[in-house]
This record gives sequence, structure tokens and C-alpha cells, in this order.
Amino acid sequence: MIEARELTKRYGDKTVVDRLSFTVRPGEVTGFLGPNGAGKSTTMRMVLGLDAPTGGSVTVNGRSYAGHDAPLHEIGALLEAKSVHPGRSAVGHLTALAQTHGIGRGRVDEVIDLAGLQSVAHKRVGAFSLGMGQRLGIAAALLGDPAVVMLDEPVNGLDPEGVLWIRNLLSQLAAEGRAVLLSSHLMSETAQIADHLVIIGRGRLLADTTVEAFVRETGTGAVRVASDEAARLRTLLAGPEVTVSASNDTELLVTGIGAREIGRVALRHGVPLHELTPLGASLEEAFMDLTTDELEYRSAPAEGRSAR
Amino acid sequence: MSAVTIERPAAGRARTAVRPVRFRRVLLAETTKFRTIRSTWICLALGLVLLGLFGSIGAFTYDGGGAGVTDGPPGIAGRPLDAVSLAVMGLSFASLVFGVFGVLSTAGEYSTGTIRSTLAAVPKRLPVLWAKAILAGGAVFVLAAAGVFAAFLIGSVGLDGEAIAVSLGDDGVLRSLLGAAAYLALVAVFGVALGALLRSPAGGIAALVSVLLILPGLAMLLPDSWYDALNPYFPSNAGGAAYALTETADRLPPGEGLAVFAGWVALTLAAAAFRLKRTDV
Repeated sequence: MIEARELTKRYGDKTVVDRLSFTVRPGEVTGFLGPNGAGKSTTMRMVLGLDAPTGGSVTVNGRSYAGHDAPLHEIGALLEAKSVHPGRSAVGHLTALAQTHGIGRGRVDEVIDLAGLQSVAHKRVGAFSLGMGQRLGIAAALLGDPAVVMLDEPVNGLDPEGVLWIRNLLSQLAAEGRAVLLSSHLMSETAQIADHLVIIGRGRLLADTTVEAFVRETGTGAVRVASDEAARLRTLLAGPEVTVSASNDTELLVTGIGAREIGRVALRHGVPLHELTPLGASLEEAFMDLTTDELEYRSAPAEGRSAR
Repeated sequence: MSAVTIERPAAGRARTAVRPVRFRRVLLAETTKFRTIRSTWICLALGLVLLGLFGSIGAFTYDGGGAGVTDGPPGIAGRPLDAVSLAVMGLSFASLVFGVFGVLSTAGEYSTGTIRSTLAAVPKRLPVLWAKAILAGGAVFVLAAAGVFAAFLIGSVGLDGEAIAVSLGDDGVLRSLLGAAAYLALVAVFGVALGALLRSPAGGIAALVSVLLILPGLAMLLPDSWYDALNPYFPSNAGGAAYALTETADRLPPGEGLAVFAGWVALTLAAAAFRLKRTDV
């Protein structure tokens, strides 16, 4: 569990994170959303005690990060892609991290397998592609079998197979009862993984809500459903808040109810689906609407540290 | 050694044994980090070769009745030649190599971003600096001792029959050779401290070269009375006293010289510790 209370970070007269309060709960995936420069990475660095807050506090499992005896067991984090010496091998990097916590060699091999890095485990990290670097960062995050997993833009540089891998991994981690925080600047992508959303702009909290509520409240959450029994599904989904329009015999366009709930209804009644797609573009628009006043950079160049 | 127990519903998978961060574990982890990058081996091997090679060549090319004064590296320039000063002929080059090794061990973490992984694992931060200082200092002491002793012993063959030949058992010889190794070990720690303080390999190396090689030269611009009073206390001059075979009036006694240099190193290390503990990374 991560709890941020009135968390604030100022660099000179520039406030990067502004009295931000949110909670990341165990057993669910929390999406941490905001445009570039909104303060996501700075917030994550404060969680790990790498940056000291100017005001407020943030705790991990009830304590400040540095107050833990074995911090890698509390929270595993992927910050920027390559926070690894390019001359070192993946095994060397992970072994050194493991040794600080008395974690055995077996666990190092385990996370290397988990991240699919077996074939490059002994190669210099400098030769890694962006995607392999991300996988190594995720392996490092999972090394200490942490209660909280925090990943900053984990799908950056991953191929479709890798994106799918991350999605499944995060769902699995949450299902194991861990708290998962995932930052992104892409709403559509996050909505597919996350249960909860914390949306920030210019360091301030804009929304702290569930994906379903966000979809419902912004009124944009159309879901495309395709089924051979579309007509039957249509009656099953019917409800006061639900609008269903059909474009043809097998396809429905549903609003007022999330993809998750539609899937459950279909399963409960044994209706086979062959497509269930939250229409991301409109989610993205809702997100844009929400953050558009808070955009740090429209076309002006980034200045200094604030770009983080 | 007790494993930290944190209750968590780990859905049917064996939990990984995780233990609290302790200094000995940080030391072990830092050893692994040193071992797993190439620059460690390059710097250490180069330093050893410079010491051994220059030192023994110096003895073999010594021509007895010659000038009797070296125009060699600072620290021993202008001094009468003796067997020990020949054996440490490569010392100022080696000191740069070992110093750079120290700088890279800390500044390299910042330039590559490794520091974030490192401090996330050891959020108390300071153990990392102490571990690096101990390891860099220890490794360099052992290698430098091997280098200067090898140079001295090989050199003894070349100096056989010359007036300046001395043996290991003679007054001050052992002390000088060990002093050279101690000086080089402290230079490596100095590099560790400068790298952590300046957080940039280029900055750290520039500072190292300035302090060890350029500062003593610049000091000549001082008024004579100031120069005479301060000169022995400059880092490399104080350190130089530690490995000089004979004491002279313009130098501190060996023990004091080493202590003064250690003081400079300790001061820099304290500043590095302060910055590491206090500032964002």
C-alpha cells in the first residue's frame, strides 16, 4: 500500500507536485495518469526516497521508505528504463541488488526467467534493446518479492508481445494481493489494465476514481461487442443506464456499462463473445479534456528538471 | 539473520527469503559491482603494470655516477636518487590510474543511472559510500604493495653493486614501500569521495588531477614565506613524505605526512557523505 498525503515537491519557485494525496491499495492495479511533465516520475522518486518531498509525506506499507529494514521486499520499482551500468551483465546487476538483501542466486535466475531474459542474461546491458532494458528493470522490481510493485511507463519500448506480457503480469501480481501502481500518459492503454485511476496534471490531483466510474462519468465509455448471439446479449444488458445500438446482426455498441461488466454478464449467461473492445479513442478524448488545461507543454520546449 | 516476515497473501507460491539490509551485505553487493565491470580490471591491472614496470626499468637504467637528480614526476622531483625512489618511479602515473578507478566507482553510478537502483536497495545511503571506500582502498593497497615490492626487488638486481643499493631490511625501506601503498590506497579513496561529491566522471577526474598534480605547481605563485609554511601540507606533498626514504627539512615526517593526506581524504569523504545523504538523486 502506498499512501501519499499532501505530497509536495518544489524546485526553486516551480511546483512540480502540488499537495497530492492518493492511496494505492493491495489487490488492484492503480493507473497513474497524466500528461508529460505532470509530476508522475517525481512522485515515484519521492515514494522511493530518492527525492525528498518539500512538504507532505508518502509512506509504503505504513512507513517511510528508508524506515524499512528490507525495502526491496516492500516495494519493487521500475523507474527510468536503464538505471543499470551498461558495462554490467543482467546477472551481475541483479546479483548485486539481491546481495544487499541476502536474496539467493536462485531468485535471481527466477526473475530472469520470468522476464524472459535467459538468452541475454550474461550479455552487457549496454547492448540491450529498449524493450530488453524494460524487462530487466521489471525483473529487478520483482527481485525482492515485493508487496507493492511500482512501474513508471513500463510498456515504453515493448513490442506487442511484451505489452501483453506486462498486462498479464500486472493482473497476476494484483491477483496475488499485491498493490500495483502503473504510470502512463496513455489513457486507452491504462484503462485496459487498471482497476483504479489516479489522474494528475501539473502536479495536482485531477481525478481519483475507478476506471468504470471514469468511463461512466465522462460518458464516453462505448464498448464494441461482437457476438453471434448479439440480440440475446442486447436484452441481457438492458438497464436504465445502458444504451445499446446495433450496427449489424453480430455487433453491438454499448454505453453506460464497462467492458468488464459486459464480459461478466456474457459469461454468466453463456453468451459467446468474439470481440469486446472499450473504444479507447473516446477515453483518450475524455482524458485530454480533463487534462487539457493542465498541460505543462503544448509546443513550448521543456525546461530543465520540470521535464521529468 | 532473521528473515523479515511480512504477511501477504501470496496466492500459493513460495515466498522469497529476504533479509534486512546490513553493512556486510552492502559490502558484498559492492564487491560484485566492482567485479562485474571491465573498468575495474583495466584500472587495477594498468596501475600494477605502471608501478612494477616503471620502478624496475628505473633501477636497470640507473647509471651510477649520473646526475643524481630526477626530473621525474612531482613529489620526488629534484631529490637525490635512492633505491626506493627508483622503485616508486611509476607512482604518480599509478596514482592517477587508481584515483580514476575510485572516481569511476562512484561518479559512474550517477552517469549511468545505476545510483537509483543502488539507493533504492540501500535507502540509508551512507553504507554504500563506506563500502566503496573500503573496497577501493583495500584493493589498491594490496595491488600497490605488490607493485612497489616487485619493482623494488626486481630493481635490486639492476642496482646490484651500485652505491645506492639497499635491502628490504635496511632502515626505512619497508616503511617507505608500505607508505607508497598506503598513499595510493588513500588516493583511490580520495577518488571515491570526489566522484560521489561531484557526481560526474569528468568533473571528478579533473578535480583529482588538479589537486594531486596542479595544485602543488600553482602554490609556487604564493609568497615565499607562505609557500614554505603551506607546501608540506598540500595533499600530494604530504602524501609524498610517506614514501620518501630519507626525511628532509621541507617535508613532514612520514607518519605525519600520511596523516595529513588522510585528513584531506577524510574531509572530502565527509563532504561527499553530506551531499549523498542530503540531496536528491
